[in-house]
Amino acid sequence: MDRMPRWADIVLIPLINLLLAFLISGLVILAIGEDPIEALKLMVDGALGSTYGWGFTLYYATNFIFTGLAVAVAFHASLFNIGGEGQAALGGLGVALVCLMVPWPHWTIALIAATVGAGLFGALWAAIPAYLQAKRGSHIVITTIMFNFIAASLLNYVLVNMLRPAGSMDPATAKFPEATHLPTLTDFLEIFGIPFAARTPANITLIIALLACVAVYFLIWRTRLGYQIRALGKSEPAAIYAGISPVWIIMITMMISGALAGLMAINNVMGEAERLVLNSVEGAGFIGIAVALMGRSHPFGVLIAALLFGFLYQGGAELALWTSIPRDLVVVIQALVILFTGALDGMVRTPVERMFLALRRRKPQPTRGPAE
Amino acid sequence: MSDTTEGRPDGAAPAIELKGISKAFGAVQANKDISIRVMPGTIHGIIGENGAGKSTLMSILYGFYKADAGEVFIAGRKTDIPDSQAAIAAGIGMVFQHFKLVENFTVLENIILGAEDGARLGPSLSKARKELTQLAAEYELNVDPDALIENIGVGMQQRVEILKALYRRADILILDEPTGVLTPAEADHLFRILEGLKREGKTIILITHKLREIMDITDTVSVMRRGEMTATVKTSETSPAELAELMVGRKVLLRVDKKPATPGANVLEVEDLRVVDDKGVERVKGVSLVVKAGEILGVAGVAGNGQSELLEVLGGVQTGTGTIRVNGQEIDLTGSQSDARTRRARGIAHVPEDRQRAGLIMDFKAWENVAFGYHDDPAYQSGLLMNNAAIREDTEGKIERFDVRPANANLPAKSFSGGNQQKLVLAREIERNPDLLLIGQPTRGVDIGAIEFIHQRIVELRDEGKAILLVSVELDEIMSLSDRIAVIFDGQIMGERLPSETDEKELGLLMAGITDTTHDHSVEEIEANLARAHGEVH
Repeated sequence: MDRMPRWADIVLIPLINLLLAFLISGLVILAIGEDPIEALKLMVDGALGSTYGWGFTLYYATNFIFTGLAVAVAFHASLFNIGGEGQAALGGLGVALVCLMVPWPHWTIALIAATVGAGLFGALWAAIPAYLQAKRGSHIVITTIMFNFIAASLLNYVLVNMLRPAGSMDPATAKFPEATHLPTLTDFLEIFGIPFAARTPANITLIIALLACVAVYFLIWRTRLGYQIRALGKSEPAAIYAGISPVWIIMITMMISGALAGLMAINNVMGEAERLVLNSVEGAGFIGIAVALMGRSHPFGVLIAALLFGFLYQGGAELALWTSIPRDLVVVIQALVILFTGALDGMVRTPVERMFLALRRRKPQPTRGPAE
Repeated sequence: MSDTTEGRPDGAAPAIELKGISKAFGAVQANKDISIRVMPGTIHGIIGENGAGKSTLMSILYGFYKADAGEVFIAGRKTDIPDSQAAIAAGIGMVFQHFKLVENFTVLENIILGAEDGARLGPSLSKARKELTQLAAEYELNVDPDALIENIGVGMQQRVEILKALYRRADILILDEPTGVLTPAEADHLFRILEGLKREGKTIILITHKLREIMDITDTVSVMRRGEMTATVKTSETSPAELAELMVGRKVLLRVDKKPATPGANVLEVEDLRVVDDKGVERVKGVSLVVKAGEILGVAGVAGNGQSELLEVLGGVQTGTGTIRVNGQEIDLTGSQSDARTRRARGIAHVPEDRQRAGLIMDFKAWENVAFGYHDDPAYQSGLLMNNAAIREDTEGKIERFDVRPANANLPAKSFSGGNQQKLVLAREIERNPDLLLIGQPTRGVDIGAIEFIHQRIVELRDEGKAILLVSVELDEIMSLSDRIAVIFDGQIMGERLPSETDEKELGLLMAGITDTTHDHSVEEIEANLARAHGEVH
């Protein structure tokens, strides 16, 4: 068993990656004449120090859970869906149409309908690149990224020419009716008597996000479809040998992936903005890639990574607000985290692996298999 | 066991000597304290099962790996071999199993590649041409210096590799499984070349898993098992049975024990099957054959002559045209029912040629692989989810019945040896009780101990009245397992023979596309034929 223990793979390596990213970020902060310790304190305090901070952190994390799961599901079929941005934008359109077109009697029914709308629009938007990949062999990375641009232009057109209320100069839809407004996390936690700061964007979509994590876990590791997705992802010739249709699996996987990305719109469009504005996704689709990479494509890992990125987003905003550290530096910190956890993963992995092997060789071999 | 190192008649230094070589990859000890001496002007065989450490040892000798411990002596001098340049400088030449040639260069260009004398190619080329003519005459190594590699056959490509080594003044030639891709006639020719090189004083190390080659051509032989050198003996003082026992560590049956077949009704009927690959080249050109219940039809042929495609179409992995009937019912070759799932439903089980690429998912656990291809089986479902517990239980039974080791259903397929991987695939396919079993290269990369077991299982299945289509490039395997042999060449069946009424020589000629087997044919003729078929593919 020439491998390192699973805990090292799942916990230790991401942790080292993260520390390295923070270390270099600290050096950059030092270089522009600020105190990195002070900056870190401010970030932690701003993002996690109060329920108000948590409200924002959890709101961002909810977005990232959806986009992270979207990328993770596609990864299992060896598909790199970097179109989360566009799929989430289309999901927003689905939510807006559902909320504006039908006079919903209660938010619960509206939520169910909006979930279907968001998922469906996201799935259909992903279905086109999926078809091109499955049938024509057009690379999914190229097509999904192009579809991000098409989605942006499409939303621009729809918002300006079709959904903009008459007389408004703002390229956005009208405010959704009162009956579609989702309860905030504050309302939800009140039921259990837990006090939580008001006026934060966190809402009950967080619950849906957590349910989505559980659902994805079961899909990937417990269902026949998940089995086929993983088989295709590991080896296409083997999948064909086993009678699994690559065309069908690519289509269905990408549509599930697109639907998950689309679901993000329940959080930001229905739960927070309560109307559809231009560029509502704000890069969350791309953060999802980092979240999936860092979370090793496992729903639980995605959840943890999404919380981390939620913290970075909220803490970074605080940093820009209270210090002379420019907002751009926050982007640098986020980029470093992405760089170390995603692209430079091997830089840490190889030495750590060697270290474990060296340690193991000194001790007598335990006679059990890998703990997988 | 007599040790060759003791009886040194002339007191000359060994051409090559290894002392205490050890090499570990992670926790795996690939080579453990290996010492070996090869005298100049001899052919030394190294035999061992897959994963015994033969290739690692040779890679250390050629500078690809650095040994953790141990020393190398060349002609009596301690030599450091940090990279392949140093190996070449020390007079070591290597002919790999997979040739390292530039396909769209000529033979001559390939030979000087990396050994050019200066910036201008002209002088090097003319020098090489002169030397080539000389070498060719000396050792029967005739090649056309101006032919493109992609247009010549595998046998000639191998000679180019040997010439490359000789051009670099190699005194020690290492050949890794050299006969794997050759017809019997070509293999004989290669051995004549090696004998010639030996007469000129060259030292040859031959790595193989074929006992017969060792017996035929080597002077001394070393046996490796699990990273250790278990014995070094004079070939004249040993026997195949003894070598097999040394390799495996127990007595093995080298011959397949089987009763005469009692063929029943036609199970598989193939008529005028044609397969065109994705480059538009016709790979199967109108094959017709029949496999009856209770018989094994062996398809012999040099790799790349359409047998893989034949198997794949039957297994539903590839599409084709023609007519295929199973139990009298026609099966779909191109439409929506032409996939592997439908084939399995029709009672066709398929052990693919490449189990690591197709038959198994190497990262999946053993139990996940047991459901592979049969994941729709209702017994494996519970409601919306898969019934993993049921699959695990099924796997544990298969592991026991097929003696898969280690007996752990939770290990990923990649941590089993080749033989145990194959047993997993075989257990999965055979226990579905198919009417027709398609089986490709059943023992490729499989250790001797497991070969015996696998062959017995195939014969048992035949005795239960099932039809078996066997595709193998190992002529020995075809000869010993088949009840009937069909020889495929260039996508066509050259003829059918009964194993009792044919021999390797006749089959070898058929494999080279020569149907007139009444008189002898030269190697040149055979090669020209093979090259023609090979060239069409390109």
